[in-house]
Amino acid sequence: MSKWKGIITLVAVGNPLFYLVAIGIGIGILVTENSGTSGTGGVEYIVFIAPALLANTALLGAMDETVFPVMEGFKWRKMFYATNSTPITGPQIALGVFIAALVRVAFSVFLYWLFLIAFGVLSFQDSWMAAVVAMYGGAAFGALMMGVVAGVKKDDYFLTVLGRLVITPLFLFSGTFFPLTNMPIYLQPIGWISPLWHTTELGRYFGYGAEVSTTMLSVHFLFLTAMLVAGIKISNIRFANRLLK
Amino acid sequence: MPESLISARGLTKKFGDFTAVDGIDFDVAKGESFGLLGPNGAGKSTTMRIIAATSRRTSGTISILGRDPEEHGPQVRAHLGVVPQQDNLDTELTVTENLYIYGRYFGLSKKFVNKKVEELLAFAQLEEKKDVKVEALSGGMKRRLTIARALVSEPDILMLDEPTTGLDPQARHILWDRLFRLKEDGVTLIITTHFMDEAEQLCDRLVVMDKGKIMAEGSPAELIKQYATREVLEVRFGSDRNKEVAPILREMCDRIEELPDRILLYVEDGEALLEKIVAKKLHPNTSLVRRSSLEDVFLRLTGRSLIE
Repeated sequence: MSKWKGIITLVAVGNPLFYLVAIGIGIGILVTENSGTSGTGGVEYIVFIAPALLANTALLGAMDETVFPVMEGFKWRKMFYATNSTPITGPQIALGVFIAALVRVAFSVFLYWLFLIAFGVLSFQDSWMAAVVAMYGGAAFGALMMGVVAGVKKDDYFLTVLGRLVITPLFLFSGTFFPLTNMPIYLQPIGWISPLWHTTELGRYFGYGAEVSTTMLSVHFLFLTAMLVAGIKISNIRFANRLLK
Repeated sequence: MPESLISARGLTKKFGDFTAVDGIDFDVAKGESFGLLGPNGAGKSTTMRIIAATSRRTSGTISILGRDPEEHGPQVRAHLGVVPQQDNLDTELTVTENLYIYGRYFGLSKKFVNKKVEELLAFAQLEEKKDVKVEALSGGMKRRLTIARALVSEPDILMLDEPTTGLDPQARHILWDRLFRLKEDGVTLIITTHFMDEAEQLCDRLVVMDKGKIMAEGSPAELIKQYATREVLEVRFGSDRNKEVAPILREMCDRIEELPDRILLYVEDGEALLEKIVAKKLHPNTSLVRRSSLEDVFLRLTGRSLIE
């Protein structure tokens, strides 16, 4: 990851800048002028989507730092096989990838959070937990992606399908830009299984005190925890088996 | 009998219905240079991976430095230096970084690894390239770096899977020279190859493998003595006439091999036989008398030439 320092920082700085300017000034004004704040739980539109942007940054960062290193390690450049010819084991390699992903996620989320404060969207004292839950969501999603990619033998369609048919819909249908309940009920399950929705809802609660019931808070937290644990378990098994044929 | 570092009995590896390694027995002694010789698909690389504790055997036993690699993978690997068939260096990192990071995987101290890296850069003749990214190196340089990397932990056993495949002759000779130095230093080497000259140059003892089985075992000289004659006469009559002449030659020599392009005659004195052939007014287009090599041993054992 060290060789990508420059580009990671550029993305981490550029992304929030573009989103905040475009949505805060453009779409935000459009929404607030036309429908006030009734549809977004009484807060300005930019405040409403801020936790979603944090969560999205965390999840996409986690995906970048698991999908690509794992594909490289097993398939493209096979470096994991070199590492595995030392005393290092498969699960240890998985752990290394995961920790590196966490570092990237924490860095990107922290920067994004600073931007949100600088733009006056969130308050410094009350919203730090929103950054923490975003990182937690990123960790959960990263662990799952690592487990999934560790099982990919042919990469012909995988990355395209992942990007266009999984990640984009999750981004659009996870209560990111509007409350999940605005969608017809048959579309809502996409949000229910989406780590982005669960992370965003936790973020809204911790970021600006959105109303979320204790039950739902537990559901969101447990969902992400289950994803984290399952992701790590699957990764450990797949890394060990794939390296020890 | 010197101390045995590796000992395998009835070692078998199956992938589904396919048997890659079929019940082989072998021992490797300390300080020995041991070769696995055979064509592609003979089971050499699979055997190497089992020794390297990165593949599970299907049955049989194997002990490496007194340990079962399946139960003590990390402990076994701590004593091995592995050079895989294809370089798996991190091409986006520099030469030095590749060596350093690999050394740290063994849990070695920064101080030790830094010192070792300097030594290995000299050994691999890569001092001038130490801060260059690996992707910019030539094939021969990458190969030397992979070997240097395998030496960073001062392994008891260095395992080389097809060390010079794909290299040009000059790069091969540089590499052979480096490996010969290691051998002189008493490092135990295990080498797979399908090159006969490589096996003859580097191996004290070797096994000839084909279709997962060991066909023969011994030093290169012993194998040649046992399975071939002192000399080989190669004659070419052109692809049409070869077939015609072969029965006549068969009467003049105990053992002949007909290959698509030439006929090999196994004799003690090649020149004498050639004179007899010419005396019968059979004039070959070209003829060559040479010493027998492991190529001939392989042909004798399997009925096939090594590189098809």
